[in-house]
Amino acid sequence: MKEKHDYERARRYGMVIDLDKCTGCGACMVGCYMENNVPFKPDETNKLDSINWIRVYKLNNGKPYPETEICYLPMPCMQCDGVDLHGHSPCVSVCPAVATDYDDDTGIVSQIYTRCFGCRYCMAACPYHARKFNWWDPVWPADMKKALSPDVSPRMRGVVEKCSFCFHRYQLARNKAYFENRQNEPLGEDDYQTACAQACPTGTITFGDLNNKAHAVHQLKTSPNAFRLLERLGTNPKVYYLTAKNWVRRQGDNYLTDEEPGKLKQKR
Amino acid sequence: MNGMPLIPAGVNRCSKRRFAFWMAAVTAVLVWGVYAMFLIWYKGLNQTRMNDAYGFALWIWADLSVIALGGGAFFSGFLTYIVGKDKLANIINFAVIIGFICYSSALLILTIDIGQPLRGWFIFWHANVHSMLTEVAFCLSCYFAVLTIEFIPLILENPRLAKKPFLNHLTHNMHGVMPIFAATGVFLSFFHQGSLGGVAGVLYGRPFAYREHVFIWPWTFFLFTWSAAACGPCFTILGIWLTEKITRKKLVKQDVIRLLAKISGWMIITYIIAKTADTLYWAFVTAPSRGFTLMDFYSSPTYNIGLLFIEIVLCGFVPGLILITRKGRENAFLLMSAVILAVMGVSLNRWVMVLQVMAVPLFSFDDWFTYMPSWQEVATTILPVAYGLIVISLAYRYLPVFPQEQELNPID
Amino acid sequence: MFPFCFEWVWDMPHMVFMGGLWYALSIIGAGLTFAVVKSIIDMKSHDGQNQEHH
Repeated sequence: MKEKHDYERARRYGMVIDLDKCTGCGACMVGCYMENNVPFKPDETNKLDSINWIRVYKLNNGKPYPETEICYLPMPCMQCDGVDLHGHSPCVSVCPAVATDYDDDTGIVSQIYTRCFGCRYCMAACPYHARKFNWWDPVWPADMKKALSPDVSPRMRGVVEKCSFCFHRYQLARNKAYFENRQNEPLGEDDYQTACAQACPTGTITFGDLNNKAHAVHQLKTSPNAFRLLERLGTNPKVYYLTAKNWVRRQGDNYLTDEEPGKLKQKR
Repeated sequence: MNGMPLIPAGVNRCSKRRFAFWMAAVTAVLVWGVYAMFLIWYKGLNQTRMNDAYGFALWIWADLSVIALGGGAFFSGFLTYIVGKDKLANIINFAVIIGFICYSSALLILTIDIGQPLRGWFIFWHANVHSMLTEVAFCLSCYFAVLTIEFIPLILENPRLAKKPFLNHLTHNMHGVMPIFAATGVFLSFFHQGSLGGVAGVLYGRPFAYREHVFIWPWTFFLFTWSAAACGPCFTILGIWLTEKITRKKLVKQDVIRLLAKISGWMIITYIIAKTADTLYWAFVTAPSRGFTLMDFYSSPTYNIGLLFIEIVLCGFVPGLILITRKGRENAFLLMSAVILAVMGVSLNRWVMVLQVMAVPLFSFDDWFTYMPSWQEVATTILPVAYGLIVISLAYRYLPVFPQEQELNPID
Repeated sequence: MFPFCFEWVWDMPHMVFMGGLWYALSIIGAGLTFAVVKSIIDMKSHDGQNQEHH
């Protein structure tokens, strides 16, 4: 039986992405492709059937030149805590075969590829389009096959995949801590980092345990400039964004005409 | 034994040649669908035009629609065996056949729709009891078993089979326990029709679909069961009407049709009042609490506010009001118009609750998502229609489907 | 689906959901068994003769 989860004391890994620092270079996406054996097609122009665990969106303020402003928004899986922080994220609660699960130790939403039978209900449930379907068999050019990571299983046709916050790195960090006799200590910030956070040249992405005061994300998420995407839906994402620009913040959620971002009652 | 006639006694059927010609034409369509089905199983879902934004598309709509339209079977069974509306025993065979076709089609479509068909059994084995889809899969499969059991005695009434003593006794005994199967069918139908509504209603990440809850069930749970019970019988009436037109015979007495239409009418009118209340609460309370206005959901040229009018007024209140009035039911044109509108209404509701849910953009920097099915998707959606026509044709020719046929079409 | 599947939990949702499922399956199974067994008995007692019904 699952034990009741203490959301204040347990680890809750999350991200803080500073949108005002992002240049839209796409290094996070490339790093993720390489780290997680993410398959690709010869022609990737149709973004609606290509697989990426983190995708950089390009936003603009809708104003003509010279007032045009651009913002790049990297969007991985939000690893939602769900309504009332019970781990019933939109996708986990709907999967009919328990092929996706909420890990109470880390708050990370997993995807079990060999359990998934491809009904795509989780994709319909996810408002962030973070879940991708393998419409084709994954094929890598011969030389690239040799560069596949042995720590991450490649996926087969007909199943859903998504960002795992590089969970295999968490497992490796735990193993390392065990061999160094640190198993009873919390993992340090540098022990476990995602590939995208490390690949980012401008330090846009900060990753860590949101509940650990020693981790930068703990403080960053309380910034007055912090917000989460589609927060009003009650999904409780663990990915926070920072921006000083009101128009960016406004595009991160939906507001009625008389409502202002940041002035609504926060649901946590 | 081989000398026994295959066609029931006391009824006329078309020549073998004519029947073979008709069956060949329908089978050709079936083969086209089967070819597309194997293509999808062999090459995968890249044969469709679904994408990561449109994970649910034409098939899921077809699934939800055939299950709603097949709802005539469980509701007619409920009225006949449990409420005791004996008159409806004259259409129950046909309602069961329609239900059998609809549910077997739904199961077939689901096996085409999943990315890993060979793992389909995971939904049972590794069931997540919190998922509405799990509830759908269990109740759907169980109810299909019930429908098969309800269909078997009718098959065994074929003159050649009825001569076998064991089968003859089996038919008799199965009829005896039929109310128990019917009651189980009603129980299962209530839950799977409802769960199909729940599939969309629980999506709290999709404000277009999301509805408030009663215990664990969103309002769509009850609305789907209600609408299937309301509009399913209309599809049964439509099926009977089409069979009568094709065979050029009166097969069911008009008072039976009118009784079913009257019950259906009251179900439709009460359903559409509840649906209206649900829509108003969703439009003015649920959606605004998430930052959406009603018109945000209807700002696309395809998905405009006209759809809501068509669903609720034209295909809801109009057929409901026609069917609850005696004059409406007694006028053949009005009756059939109402029946067709009701069938369209429930199908449109399922379309909206599947395809529009996927189409609505959630970010202001996203656009409406569009989708156009591939020929493989269309062919596999038409496949059940061809299959249904074959089953109905065979059943009509070789089984005593309509108990009143002999009386209405005496042979000199 | 079965208590020996590793994701099985003895909690209320499992008991209500699976209870409903096995209840329905038992009724279907019992109904079918009754019809088949009674047909065999009837056939033997009627000495292979058909009976009138409807």
